[in-house]
Amino acid sequence: MTSRIFYIARNTFREAVRDRVLYNLVAFALLMTGGAVLVGQVSIGIERLVVINLGLTAISLFGIVIAIFIGIGLVSKEIEKRTLYTILSRPVRRWEFVTGKFFGLSGTLVVNTFFMGLGIFAALLYVAHHFEKSDAWVLVAIYLIVLQFIIVTALTLFFSSFSSPLLSAVFAFSLFVIGTFSEDLRGFASVAHGLTGWLATGASYIVPNIAALNVISSVAHSQPIAGALVLYNTGYALLYSAMAVCGATLVFERRNLK
Amino acid sequence: MSAIEILGLEKTYAVGFLRKQEKRALHPLHLAIGDGEIFGFLGPNGAGKTTTLKMLMGLVSPSAGSARILQMDFRNPAVKAQIGFLPEQPYFYDYLTARELLDYYGQLSGLGGKDRSLRIRELLGKVGLQQAGDVQLRKFSKGMLQRVGIAQAILHDPKVVFLDEPMSGLDPMGRREVRDLMEQLKQEGKTIFFSTHILLDAEALCDRVAILHQGELKGVGSIATLTAGIKGKVEVFWQGSNIPASMQSLGAECHVTGDTVRAIISEEFQDNAIDLLRRDKLRLISIVPLRKSLEDYFMQQVKPGATSGAGA
Repeated sequence: MTSRIFYIARNTFREAVRDRVLYNLVAFALLMTGGAVLVGQVSIGIERLVVINLGLTAISLFGIVIAIFIGIGLVSKEIEKRTLYTILSRPVRRWEFVTGKFFGLSGTLVVNTFFMGLGIFAALLYVAHHFEKSDAWVLVAIYLIVLQFIIVTALTLFFSSFSSPLLSAVFAFSLFVIGTFSEDLRGFASVAHGLTGWLATGASYIVPNIAALNVISSVAHSQPIAGALVLYNTGYALLYSAMAVCGATLVFERRNLK
Repeated sequence: MSAIEILGLEKTYAVGFLRKQEKRALHPLHLAIGDGEIFGFLGPNGAGKTTTLKMLMGLVSPSAGSARILQMDFRNPAVKAQIGFLPEQPYFYDYLTARELLDYYGQLSGLGGKDRSLRIRELLGKVGLQQAGDVQLRKFSKGMLQRVGIAQAILHDPKVVFLDEPMSGLDPMGRREVRDLMEQLKQEGKTIFFSTHILLDAEALCDRVAILHQGELKGVGSIATLTAGIKGKVEVFWQGSNIPASMQSLGAECHVTGDTVRAIISEEFQDNAIDLLRRDKLRLISIVPLRKSLEDYFMQQVKPGATSGAGA
C-alpha cells in the first residue's frame, strides 16, 4: 500500500521535473540576483528587510502558481490521456492514487522551495556580507510557506476531483486569496449578527487560514516566531490538507471514468 | 471452466440538464468466456464494448448486474493482480522511456526488482522494442505505443488479458504483429477478451465472438456456428454478354466483364439459374459457393430491425 503511494508520488515528481517545472528556479534566481544588486545600491540599512520580504513573497507566489497549475492537471490529465485506466486496472486503489499524486506534488514544491530558500540566503550574504542570528527565522517562515503550499495542493486536488481544470484553478486560487484575508473574515464574523453572522462564521471555518501561516513581515523585521504558533499551524495545516485529500478521495471513488 | 462470467451487467447514464432522462449504454449482458479462449467482442462504434470493458476494469460502476473473473467478484482487488488491460488508443507518459514506463507499472503490480528488470527486457524483445527501450515515449509512433501498451498489459504475467481495440489505427504490418502476439499469448494459456470492429481480425483469431449493437447482445458463438444460419450464396459464371431477363427476378447481382458474365445469387436459386442458362443456350463456366463470412452475419445482426441471433 505505502509502496504504491510512494511509486505514484515519485512518478508525479519525475513528471514535474521533466516537464521543466523547476525551470521557475531560473526566474527566481534572476529575481533574487537583480533584487540583491539593486537593493545593495539603493537602500541603506534595510537591505536585509527588503531581501527577506522580496525573497519570501517570491517563494510564496511561485509555489502557489505551481501548486495550482500542476495540481489542476494531476487527475484530469491522467483521465484525459487514459493513463489512469492502466493504473487503476492494477492492484492500485483510487485513494492510493490520489494520495500518491498529493505527495508527489507536495514533494516537488518542497524541493523547489529548498532551492529558493538557498537563493534567499545567498542574496542575504551578498547584501549584508554576513548572517545574523535572526536570519534563522527565515527558515521558519519558509516552513510555514511550505504548509501553505500543502494546503493549496490539497484544495486544488479536491476541486479537480469533480470539476474542470479551469474551474478548479479558479476555486483554489479564490480560496487562497480569501484565506490570506481570513483574519478580516473572522473579525467581520464576530461583529455581524443574524444570518450574515452565521454565514461569515461558517465561511471563516471553511476557508483555509492562510493568514496565520504568513509571518513574512515579522521575520523581515527580525521578530521571533513563537514555537506554539509553529506547532499549532503545523497541526492545522496537516489536518486541513488531510481533510481536503479525503474529500478528493471520496469524490474520486464514486466517479465514473468515461 | 469460465475465466470470465458476465452476469447481467448493465449501464444506464442520466442525461439532460436535470439528469432526469436515462440513456441505456448497455442492456443486461450475460456472457461466459472459457479458460484459454480468445474471445472477440464485436460491434460498431458506440455499441457498448468499451463501456463493458470499463465496468469489468472497475473504471465505471455498473447500474446493475455483476461479473466474476477467475471465480472472484470483479470488484475484488485480488483480481487486479491476475488481469492485464490495454485501453483503446493508449497514450502513455510522454516524459518516460519505454523501460521506465514498464518499470513503473511493474512496481505498481508488485513485481520485485530483479524479476521486474528481467521481465521488462524479455517483454521489450517480445514486442519488438528492444532497440527503443531507452527512447522517450513522445518519440514513439502509434504502432510502437500500441506495442508498449500490450507489453504493459502482460507485464505481470496475468491470466486474463483485456484488450480494447488492439488493432485500431495500426498498419497491416502492425496488425499482423499484434495478431501474432495474441496467438502467442493463447499458446501460453492466457484468456484473451478483446473488442474490435475489424471483423477480419476477429475471424482470424477468435475461438468465439459476441456481437453487440446499440448496447444489446445480438449473438454469441463460434464463427462456424454463427455463420451456419446464414443463407449461402453462389457465384455463377457463363460465357457471353447476355443476361437472361428472368435472372434479375432471382435477385442476382450481375456484372459483365468482356465475354463473361458473373452473377451472385442465393444458394436456393442455384438450380433455377442453371435452368435459365440452359433455356437461353448460354454456356455455363462455373458455379462456386461463396464462403459465409462473419461480415455477412454481422451485417445481418446490425441492420435495422434485426432480431437477436443464436447463442452458443
